[in-house]
Amino acid sequence: MTGAVEQAYRDHWSRLLALLVTRLRRFDVAEDSLQDAYVAATRTWPVDGVPERPAAWLYTSAYRRALDRVRREEADAKRLPLLVTEPAPEAPGEEGDVPDERLRMLFACCHPALKPEAGAALMLRFVAGLSTAEIARLFLVAEPAMAARLTRAKAKMALAGIPVREPSAADLPERLDVVLKVIYLIFTEGYRATAGALLVRPQVAGEAIRLGYLAAELLPGEPRTLALLSLMVLQHARRDARTTPEGDLVLLPDQDRARWRRDEIAHGLALLRVLEATPMPGEYHLQALIAAEHAAPGPTDWQRIASLYAELDRRTGSPAVRLNRAVAVAETGSPEAGLALLDGLDGPLAGNHLLPAVRAELLTRLGLVAEAAAEFRRALDLVRTDPERAHLERRLAAIA
Amino acid sequence: MQYAVLIYNDEKFNAARDDREIRENGERHARLMTVLRERSALVGGERLQDSATATTLRRDGERVAVTDGPYAETAEQLGGFYLVDAADLDEVIGWARQLTEAAIEIRPILPMRSPQG
Repeated sequence: MTGAVEQAYRDHWSRLLALLVTRLRRFDVAEDSLQDAYVAATRTWPVDGVPERPAAWLYTSAYRRALDRVRREEADAKRLPLLVTEPAPEAPGEEGDVPDERLRMLFACCHPALKPEAGAALMLRFVAGLSTAEIARLFLVAEPAMAARLTRAKAKMALAGIPVREPSAADLPERLDVVLKVIYLIFTEGYRATAGALLVRPQVAGEAIRLGYLAAELLPGEPRTLALLSLMVLQHARRDARTTPEGDLVLLPDQDRARWRRDEIAHGLALLRVLEATPMPGEYHLQALIAAEHAAPGPTDWQRIASLYAELDRRTGSPAVRLNRAVAVAETGSPEAGLALLDGLDGPLAGNHLLPAVRAELLTRLGLVAEAAAEFRRALDLVRTDPERAHLERRLAAIA
Repeated sequence: MQYAVLIYNDEKFNAARDDREIRENGERHARLMTVLRERSALVGGERLQDSATATTLRRDGERVAVTDGPYAETAEQLGGFYLVDAADLDEVIGWARQLTEAAIEIRPILPMRSPQG
């Protein structure tokens, strides 16, 4: 791709796709035609020069191709029904900007009638503009499997009549929750991969942050969106210090703080300050406050972190939160109290290596070496990323 | 688009209801039907007898066994359905939310091919 076309892809692809989908009411036709328009641009722009308004040029070119496509396949009875959208917006006029329909796409991709994994794939494809191959790599699945997942999700949208539309004001809070949950799902897959050779995959987390900014831009003034952004930015700022150059895991106390991105931490904290007046901090807000403590230039205030986790635990009842709370409580100087908090997690966290790993660390602090070693071995049976396995093996060897 | 709104309820819970609860639920459905009729969205719908009255045929190759009872012995059983005409899924979800049964499954209807089509 030439520089100008590449730039136009980054700047306009998702916006153009959203507009084409809402006008054509077809995902496949919109995608293919837009792709063709970009290919045409790589041919003609270097010869005829870059058009004055590249987005309008691409839109017109894609829309014409789409109409041809639709006419050609009119007879094909197997095609999916049309997507449900609002009345089609006006085409961009000679002067007009390309209308921004990405918010509709964001909500359509994150409809509660779609599985969160499907929503994540749809968002990365149709809002973030990643290729199927790129998304497959991000989720560590084969490209045909990801293509099938996207096809199924698109078929469900058309067949079930999931509208490409912004939700009503009454539905907005609940629907925004789903959007944010899907963005955070993408982020966590990048922040702490659940399988594979790499524990941290910063590009994935970076894409989630980009989507978070887009959600904040399209729906301004939503405290939950800002809280999630702050949380992601603060956690992501420590990415370079979280693994060694060999990809091994580095725990927070051992991280080289010089490798934290100070500018990003400052930005995350600034986002938090915007939220200061929020009367009832939500879950992302509490988590962002915890992330802010972790990103503070030591010593870490474990007392405060433990009390934030206690509040989050009370609010969510999430076993993962309880696990983190136990670690924080142990760090305040009470490993026994931490261990007690782990009681009852064996059911909900069965199969998760982090529970025995944490238990092992707390038992080690209490000097219960044999019990700790047994828990480390249990964690080793369950762990699925290579850097974490290496870390657990080092810990087991250290206490033996 | 047309949708089937399949209503699943806990029959034990239903049987234990007092007159007031039964009346309130009837009124809830009547209200919903009024809304649907006002929008010409009600295509059809019926309430079913309890699953104890069900008869299930199971085919195994050439053999067909006729058995007493529903297809699946779950706590929630299909208790009735509406057939509605809606603009999109969100509209149907909005209607289904007004009901209080244990679970409601929304399924799009596969459109019949026209004879010419």
